[in-house]
Amino acid sequence: MQRLVFKHLDGKYSSVQKPVIAGVVASGNLEILIEPSPHSGACTFEVNTSVTGFDATWKAVVADFHQAWLFTDTKVSINDMGATPAVVRLRLDQAAELVATSKSSKLGG
Amino acid sequence: MNSFLEASARQRIEHILDPGSFRELLRPELRMTSPHLAQLYLPVAFDDGVITGEGLLGGSKVLIASQEGRFMGGAVGEVHGAKLVGLSKRAVRQNCTALLLLLDTGGVRLHEANAGLIAVSEVMRAILAVRAAGIPVITLIGGSNGCFGGMGIVAKCTNFIVMSEEARLGMSGPEVIETANGVEEFDSRDRALVWRTTGGKHRYIMNDADGIVPDSTDAFRHAAIGAINAYRSEKMAAELTLEALGDEHALLQARIDKYGGMADSTSIWTAVGIDDASTLPLCDIDRFLERVNTVRISIRNRSLHMLTFN
Repeated sequence: MQRLVFKHLDGKYSSVQKPVIAGVVASGNLEILIEPSPHSGACTFEVNTSVTGFDATWKAVVADFHQAWLFTDTKVSINDMGATPAVVRLRLDQAAELVATSKSSKLGG
Repeated sequence: MNSFLEASARQRIEHILDPGSFRELLRPELRMTSPHLAQLYLPVAFDDGVITGEGLLGGSKVLIASQEGRFMGGAVGEVHGAKLVGLSKRAVRQNCTALLLLLDTGGVRLHEANAGLIAVSEVMRAILAVRAAGIPVITLIGGSNGCFGGMGIVAKCTNFIVMSEEARLGMSGPEVIETANGVEEFDSRDRALVWRTTGGKHRYIMNDADGIVPDSTDAFRHAAIGAINAYRSEKMAAELTLEALGDEHALLQARIDKYGGMADSTSIWTAVGIDDASTLPLCDIDRFLERVNTVRISIRNRSLHMLTFN
């Protein structure tokens, strides 16, 4: 197990009003919880993954996602069971879209 | 039509309950995760693989639990089991209309050893306490894991079981039986055999399941509403009575006496009085019910379909 933390301070949108969750912790899959983190002035990502040694890949995928959505005052928590980068990005976007529609249902996957 | 089989645990709840009525208890952000998995270098899930909460079903207040079969095979660990127990106690306190269990599980989470085993036994006790309080417990099985191991026992502790044809119900799973008794006894890779033996159709014929529905969230929803209505109209006791236990034992004994020597479920279906039994697995549910409802094994002809759909 490996724990990775990334902090982005250049976000613009405090649009996360309530927690949303997407995905399931299953082989080649992951779950993503996006929550408000009031007055933190950051979008913080905490990744717990069963696959070690992919720090640079995680950093790149997370940075790419952050540039697309620019959340601030937000915490993103990930439980991963070996999802590929494309699946990670898909789930991140699904969770962000749930924020946008302010639903709290979990998408499939 | 939404497939129950393909839906996630959360989607199943949304489709079963009245739209927008679900309120989750111990939501993911509370991070009630397993204390055991990290020691095994395994990732946790924020809900430990079971979603619990309350909502409305046909306007009636119900409590509901839905197992996520894709997280560790829906297996019951310490926290997962404690959530089921807590929900059951809440059902008694609130005197809700019914407790719904959407089970999709291989049984105990062996990674958690005795904590998991104790959890499963506590769930059994909690379910019987709900019934003793006069609240019916309704089990829906329609996921790809089916319902096995200790949770198979839990399912049989409830008032009603509704299954789809794709669902399975049993104690030991196919691989376990093959490992213990050899491939001649049971070939776990013979999918047709596995479903003929543990699938929804056979369970319904044998009276192990009270209802069978097509693989659709709508059909499961209506069957759950039907179970509540049947319970009300029949004035059946939710509590397990001595008389009901006696009936059940008599039925089991009769089943063993009549069919215990048979090697395959198709022989049993023929013996029960179903013509051309080998074609039964190919029937859709409506046709299947037409063919089996008059002859299926039952206690005083109790069937959800007869009570609510005819």
